[in-house]
Amino acid sequence: MYAQMIKSTGEGVKSLDEMEPQERAFQERINAGGKIEPKDWMPDGYRKNLIRQIGQHAHSEIVGQLPEGNWITRAPTLERKAILLAKVQDEAGHGLYLYCAAETLGVTRDQLTRDLLSGKMKYSSIFNYPTLTWADMGAVGWLVDGAAIMNQVPLQRTSYGPYARAMVRICKEESFHQRQGYDIMMKMAKGTKAQKKMAQDALNRFWGPALMMFGPSDENSVHSAQSMAWKIKMNSNDELRQKFVDECVPQAEYLGLTVPDPDLKWNEERGHYDFTQPDWDEFFDVLRGNGPCNKERLAARNKAWDDGAWVRDGLMAHAAKKRAAKLAAE
Amino acid sequence: MTNPTQEWPLFEIFIRGQHGLSHRHVGSLHAPDAEMAIKNARDVYTRRNEGVSIWVVQASDIAASSPEEKGSLYEPANDKVYRHPTFFDIPEEVGAM
Repeated sequence: MYAQMIKSTGEGVKSLDEMEPQERAFQERINAGGKIEPKDWMPDGYRKNLIRQIGQHAHSEIVGQLPEGNWITRAPTLERKAILLAKVQDEAGHGLYLYCAAETLGVTRDQLTRDLLSGKMKYSSIFNYPTLTWADMGAVGWLVDGAAIMNQVPLQRTSYGPYARAMVRICKEESFHQRQGYDIMMKMAKGTKAQKKMAQDALNRFWGPALMMFGPSDENSVHSAQSMAWKIKMNSNDELRQKFVDECVPQAEYLGLTVPDPDLKWNEERGHYDFTQPDWDEFFDVLRGNGPCNKERLAARNKAWDDGAWVRDGLMAHAAKKRAAKLAAE
Repeated sequence: MTNPTQEWPLFEIFIRGQHGLSHRHVGSLHAPDAEMAIKNARDVYTRRNEGVSIWVVQASDIAASSPEEKGSLYEPANDKVYRHPTFFDIPEEVGAM
């Protein structure tokens, strides 16, 4: 998802009987649907995992601005441009809500930024793919934001209070993102032959990477089991991916576009679509830094941070000067 | 990457919604000073008409109770059920009260 491949620090899930009283009380509270708040006691592993997960999620929102920011100046109409600008601004906001949530766990904003810029912390693999045409804005909103919603809606019930509250805000805004994407796709798919071809091409390129967003199958993963016991992961990757496919196929049909999977078929018995797994070798390669845009994305973030240094410093100096003048006047 | 000099302080943000309710905590953000915190809060927390008034407080200025105090702070209220109106039975013939 926006946070892929989070390895928990726990060694498998302990039973309540194996836990010390403090940890047992903590787990029982989570089991009962209670929320954990910043000042409450929590196991180290829970804290570390959440910092990684929320941090990666925040980084994804921030880096996720780049592929779409690429088209702001070239949007086909002024209205489309204003809408895209608002959408990209929302992504910045989502990043900020999430950084705030991560900071309540004791990590600083600058530390998170440093870890993103140095490549130590990851962001979602999806943002390492290029956006080549205007139709990609449609595919990104429809599929990428659509996949994000699949994951984020259940996370509104996650056990960590600040994370859950950030998710509530994000989900409220995310539905606009998906619909604006689908709106672009409708326009293109019902447009000229060339426009429809662009829409189909965008779907072809983003389908696989969108399926990868949910991460590899985690059926037998001890890490996932621990995260699920802690309720910082609410569904298995396969479960969410299936739900996503089931929802997208009729939407693609409405557009008159073809999902690029020759083996895609409704399975009456399961009540779900059968579909082909994405190319997992490609996924791991992108995570290792070898996707089409990894270098470009990190370079853009580093440049923004470096070029903005004088603004950050200048505003701090100005604030200090004003404080001093106010003190002198008292 | 340059070495960051100094991190902007953290501000907690409170917004009053449209309908005459109290200011409510909505989240936090970093800003060099209170004035900028209000400007940034406008962009981060009120993009969809969520509020008509913003308060910002530097996070380090907030004093908070700790979870361990839960017992001593809130338990005394448990044996004072007479503070709730439903404690008193009012006969039906008296009417609404």
